[in-house]
Amino acid sequence: MAVGKLVNRVDAVAKVTGRAEYTDDFYRPDMLVAKYFRSSIAHGRVKEINVEKARKLPGVEAIFTYEQVPRIKFATAGHPFSMDPDHKDVADRLLLTRNIRFMGDEIAIVVAEDEIVANKALKLIEVSYEEYKPLIHPDDILKQGAREIHQGSSNIVGEHRYECGGKVDDALKGADYVIKGEYVTPMVQHCHIENHISFAYMDDLDRIVIVSSTQIPHIARRIVGEALDIPLSRVRVIKPFMGGGFGNKQDVVLEPMVAFLTLKLDGRAVQINLSREECMTGTRTRHPFHVQVKTGFLKDGTMVARKMDVLSVTGGYASHGHSVAAAGGSKSSFLYPRMAIEYHARTIYANIPVAGAMRAYGSPQVIYALECATEDAARFIGMDPIEFRLKNIVRQGDVAQVTGKEILSCGLSQCLLKGKELIHWDRKKKEYEKYKTGPVRRGLGVACFSYASGTYPVCVEVAGVRLVLNQDGTVHVQVGATEIGQGSDTVVAQMVAETLGFPFENVRVVQAQDTDVSPFDTGAYASRQAYVVSNAVFRAATSLREKILDYACLMTGEKHGKFDIVEENIVSADSGKFVLTMKELAVDSFYHKERGGQLTSEVSHKTTTNAPVFGCTFVDVLVDIPLCKVKINKIVNVHDSGVILNPVQAGGQVHGGVSMGIGAALSEELLIDPETGYIFNNNLLDYKVPTFIDLPEINHEFVETFEPTSGYGNKSLGEPPVITPPPAIRNAVLDATGVSINTLPMSPHKLFALFKKNGLMDPKGKADV
Amino acid sequence: MFDLKKNIKAETVDKAIKHLAENPDAKLIAGGTDVLIKLRQGKSEYCELVDIHDIDELKFIRIDDDKSIVIGSGMVFSKIIESDIIKKHIPMLCEAAESLGGPQVRNMATIGGNICNGVTSADSASSLFTLNAILILKGEDGTREIPISDFYLGPGRVDLKKCEVLTAFKITHDNYQGYFGHYYKYAMRDAMDIATIGCAVCLKTKNGILKDYRIAYGVAGPVPMRCRETEKTVINKKVSKDLLDEIAKTVEKDVNPRTSWRASREFRINIIKELSKRATKKALKRAGEKF
Repeated sequence: MAVGKLVNRVDAVAKVTGRAEYTDDFYRPDMLVAKYFRSSIAHGRVKEINVEKARKLPGVEAIFTYEQVPRIKFATAGHPFSMDPDHKDVADRLLLTRNIRFMGDEIAIVVAEDEIVANKALKLIEVSYEEYKPLIHPDDILKQGAREIHQGSSNIVGEHRYECGGKVDDALKGADYVIKGEYVTPMVQHCHIENHISFAYMDDLDRIVIVSSTQIPHIARRIVGEALDIPLSRVRVIKPFMGGGFGNKQDVVLEPMVAFLTLKLDGRAVQINLSREECMTGTRTRHPFHVQVKTGFLKDGTMVARKMDVLSVTGGYASHGHSVAAAGGSKSSFLYPRMAIEYHARTIYANIPVAGAMRAYGSPQVIYALECATEDAARFIGMDPIEFRLKNIVRQGDVAQVTGKEILSCGLSQCLLKGKELIHWDRKKKEYEKYKTGPVRRGLGVACFSYASGTYPVCVEVAGVRLVLNQDGTVHVQVGATEIGQGSDTVVAQMVAETLGFPFENVRVVQAQDTDVSPFDTGAYASRQAYVVSNAVFRAATSLREKILDYACLMTGEKHGKFDIVEENIVSADSGKFVLTMKELAVDSFYHKERGGQLTSEVSHKTTTNAPVFGCTFVDVLVDIPLCKVKINKIVNVHDSGVILNPVQAGGQVHGGVSMGIGAALSEELLIDPETGYIFNNNLLDYKVPTFIDLPEINHEFVETFEPTSGYGNKSLGEPPVITPPPAIRNAVLDATGVSINTLPMSPHKLFALFKKNGLMDPKGKADV
Repeated sequence: MFDLKKNIKAETVDKAIKHLAENPDAKLIAGGTDVLIKLRQGKSEYCELVDIHDIDELKFIRIDDDKSIVIGSGMVFSKIIESDIIKKHIPMLCEAAESLGGPQVRNMATIGGNICNGVTSADSASSLFTLNAILILKGEDGTREIPISDFYLGPGRVDLKKCEVLTAFKITHDNYQGYFGHYYKYAMRDAMDIATIGCAVCLKTKNGILKDYRIAYGVAGPVPMRCRETEKTVINKKVSKDLLDEIAKTVEKDVNPRTSWRASREFRINIIKELSKRATKKALKRAGEKF
């Protein structure tokens, strides 16, 4: 039994001993490096570019500008191919561009023998621009007659509206109270440890090999084919170990370019290794959202209607475009399913860095607005925020409004009750009543969320797995599920061991992915990996188990059903008595001259379900008014993610997500100059990711339900932990100070302005410490 | 990869001075935590370096016969934190050292580099200002000593002459004996950050009276600074809560922070006032004052 057990990560030793090989560890003796020449303006057009001086610099191998790239517009979002023509990603990007859409847009690329030469060459490139006023604020972008950032787009990438659970306007009329709020979330960045890096070379006259730090090897292969107009089978993508992605590598950022360069340079290897500064503004960010919420509710705390209006800003190119606002709207809709909901969203272009996928894909923005609004409603009628939520939240057996499907597992009420107990809600609530005035105040906050376990029915959900019994009686697993640090290889090994009955150590997952040999899977995103792979693994492992048992019958002449697998042995099903070892069986299957053959099993499985997941954050804060700082005394995340496959890894996911959520709540924001579109803080000193000592002790707990649509009862967990810390902290600061902070992050600068506005900063400076 | 043209390793201070004389474009590098960042940014004026990081004669902390504490400029911050002399006699300098960067930076960055870099946010600067630290510099013509307050010429500019090496800091007995201090760093994060405001207070009391009071700030002006008017106003006054409020009020007139995208002037002034109270209160507590 391996599922649910405390096993070590399969790659733990390789990583901590430094033996794990990442993209930058692969050395090719003739490898060149390439560096982008980026725009120094946010909006405009290149009038003229002169690369002659740069080309003459010794060590420069080649320079390409927008004039030399294929005139093929392609979409970069790492989505599965869509057979529905209305559901295709927006193809709005060329490999290099003459039209400048954000500061840092890619105009040319220098290929040189090393980074120093490349950087020198960049300085020798001469460019002149025709400049336009950067369109940064939504009002300017949507103004009649505003310049179209992409011709013919009206600056709108996508728009949709849904209404369910009844007519919202009627329900609002029937409400005792209706409150309104506006909530804004900023542009933040993933800050994965390993920056974007790819290299490509050709190992034959027409075959391109790309080694890349990507969450989506199979999708990257397709998009490279599209961008360069070459057949997909001529492209091979290899994904070695990865230092994180958080959605930023669910996008093809470098792969088409390195493929293009090696094609142009006779197959010589070319690497692009972005600097942190480039990575923070030249890859992807999280979409800033402006959300308006109207909530209708009754005197007894029953919510009857909610109307949401979302404006999502995608920056200079569509990338994931409107999908983010769409997913945020649908995945949050499971949370309060017994009221009328209207959700309208629009995604617009802007002359700011490009937004794409980022951990929880639109839900952190939507849930922040929704859980601030829910808190405001509870406070409006003076009801305890937990009571208010318990009255309205989803329960097992509810029907999801957007999909019309019954919710088969839901432990959200238990999550709320568990969290309430862990934070000592009732006791502290009383205790903190005396901390609502003076310079140091205390408060409690809560927020809950719903999310999904994949992308179905919007996208296909397909997972592939191949199992091979080795000659020594162990099993090798090839899986399309993409390990990017989240631990999917480990849980796949656990699932295989569980169903086969093998010891966990005897299951080896092949780590590197290679699109030439790895089974097809669309990659690591949407917290889908463990959920969608579960049924594929279950089927493949069940089938291999049958084959092994059948072979044991063949070897021994016994009838079917006589044997069982226990650890490394075939035993009698009835008595448990030893029959033969797995190694003996395997050797026989490989080398007996007449019978057998290699025992394998391969399954490609499409998942046509999508289990909702739930959870909540509880937080206890101290607010130092004169210093404008929020200190978190305690934070607790409680999750219903179905069966927990590996408690240590699951805990790690929660801790990482909560840390990221605390950063989003209190300090993280890419600061943009509203006049020029310049990003002030594209480095890890000025972009404030919390450090180890900025974080409080993070507590987590799981309410384990069993999800029947999953191979092992598990549901998603990767992204969800990041969702609720920001609204919970906002609600706690409101509880402590009486001030609603409806824009993120709640940085000291923002607190200073709002505390001043609300008269909390003592004008005489008398506030004592 | 750094675009380094020359990197000359100096074994002694005299040799470093000689290398500087022979390579007029060369800059000194010690721990490299500032210089290498500039080099990475492609600043070509840092492509010739004289490396003084491994010069043993710059690595010491001692008490001289006249009881002055002398700190070699090559002392890295993690060694300053561990020094028994500093812990015992000027613990506020340990606080300043602890607040700087993260462990890796503190293992490399030197106190001499922190000052010679010339920035207003240097964490060790405000404490050294309140200690009336004297800088010992060695050049082609010998050794000279100047008070730290004269060393800063402007943002990023210090009075380090051509071919000169800062060798040590001297804190005389009368500037630490009987004094109690505290360094309060306010930054957006609790580690790996630059001070939004740094505030150092160093004081002496007798019978509930503030006998001496020194307060210095980083980031309250273009260079680290003492608040002389405030100091004059409060010396010889009785220790009380009202005195803290008075300090906060007066200090505003001494400082001149600027608005940048990192923080507004108004925000910085609010923090400057608040820190004056918090740092003073902590120093008074250490002095055994109850109020």
